[in-house]
Amino acid sequence: MTETPVSAPGKVEAAFRWLDERLGLTTIWHTIFARSVPETNWLYTLGSASTILAVLQLVTGMLLTIYYVPSPDHAYDSIQFIMNDVAFGWLIRGMHHWGATLMVLVVFMHMLRVFFVGAYKYPRELTWLTGVALLAIVMVLGFSGYLLPWNQRAYWATSVGTSIIGVVPVVGPLLLRIARGGTEIGTLTLARFYGLHVWWMPLALLTIIGVHLYLIIRIGITSPPERDE
Amino acid sequence: MSEQHSSVQNEEMGRRKFLTGVIALIAGAVSFVVGLPAVGYVISPGVRKQTGEEWFTLGPIASLTPGVPSGFPYSYRIQDGWVETNVAGTAWAVTDDSVNVTTFSDICTHLSCRVNWREDRGTFFCPCHDGEFGVNGEVIAGPPPRPLDQFENRIDNGQIQILLKV
Repeated sequence: MTETPVSAPGKVEAAFRWLDERLGLTTIWHTIFARSVPETNWLYTLGSASTILAVLQLVTGMLLTIYYVPSPDHAYDSIQFIMNDVAFGWLIRGMHHWGATLMVLVVFMHMLRVFFVGAYKYPRELTWLTGVALLAIVMVLGFSGYLLPWNQRAYWATSVGTSIIGVVPVVGPLLLRIARGGTEIGTLTLARFYGLHVWWMPLALLTIIGVHLYLIIRIGITSPPERDE
Repeated sequence: MSEQHSSVQNEEMGRRKFLTGVIALIAGAVSFVVGLPAVGYVISPGVRKQTGEEWFTLGPIASLTPGVPSGFPYSYRIQDGWVETNVAGTAWAVTDDSVNVTTFSDICTHLSCRVNWREDRGTFFCPCHDGEFGVNGEVIAGPPPRPLDQFENRIDNGQIQILLKV
């Protein structure tokens, strides 16, 4: 099992060996990609699918920030501009929009798979807990991103969504004002949701994905439980 | 699944190589589908062609003193993304015979700073890198590579008009 991922003749191979000797590419390859896994099924690919969706959301989201302006004066118009005037703007935004929906779905199905095969048990409790945090972050990303188009649906969905925070006993109204940046949904709400959506949550997501993947590589994944177990 | 264990090593490696190839192919296709539109997306506003032209009236030719440049403000509307906005500038007009007028921009041809008319020296001076231009916009000193850019102009009812590319 010591074959290298790249086997090209001559100079390419020499260049690869030079890099490999210094960077340990083969070690990385074997540790991350060619590691031993038990016999599994397709449901075990949901985690990888989540990761790929996260990368897709990151790339398309970064592209959207090139045109999007998070201000009540400009948010709606800047998105109209992306959709109608920018080359492939409709495609980039479409991928981000549908990718977001798909991500919530795939991450949730991933959680169900882990739950139903009992993969959260010892010694994988922390993999599970970081996974729960990732699900929560994905939900916050979805919710904060929903306001950014600044259309009627965005406004009223955020109105309803933030009102739910206000139901918390005693501190509810205060939390509601903190979430909105005031009593009304306005400039401050849009700005802080944007900050949450493009800085805080993505950085938290990437950090915790790092821990999650480290744990998966360190501990390994479970095999599906057998009938007699 | 058990016959896989009994399969010969070669066969297993062939399968592995095949799957690696398939995954690489799919990953490449995904990168392509996202990456290629992304390039168009990013460069799109930069490669749009300006096509509009409009004549802007600076002022009466009678107001010019022969041999002395006069500055006139000009402005036009542009579509800046999703916002319509004003672009303003200064056009210099100079005449020798009160019939033909030379009109040129105040944008330095070196690195686009704005030049000022210096009454005492009788030249246009660019404060950024000491570029100096003559009364008709010709380079006198400093780094500018060419004379100040001229506007196409016409005289309409005694009014100087310049052609703006908008």
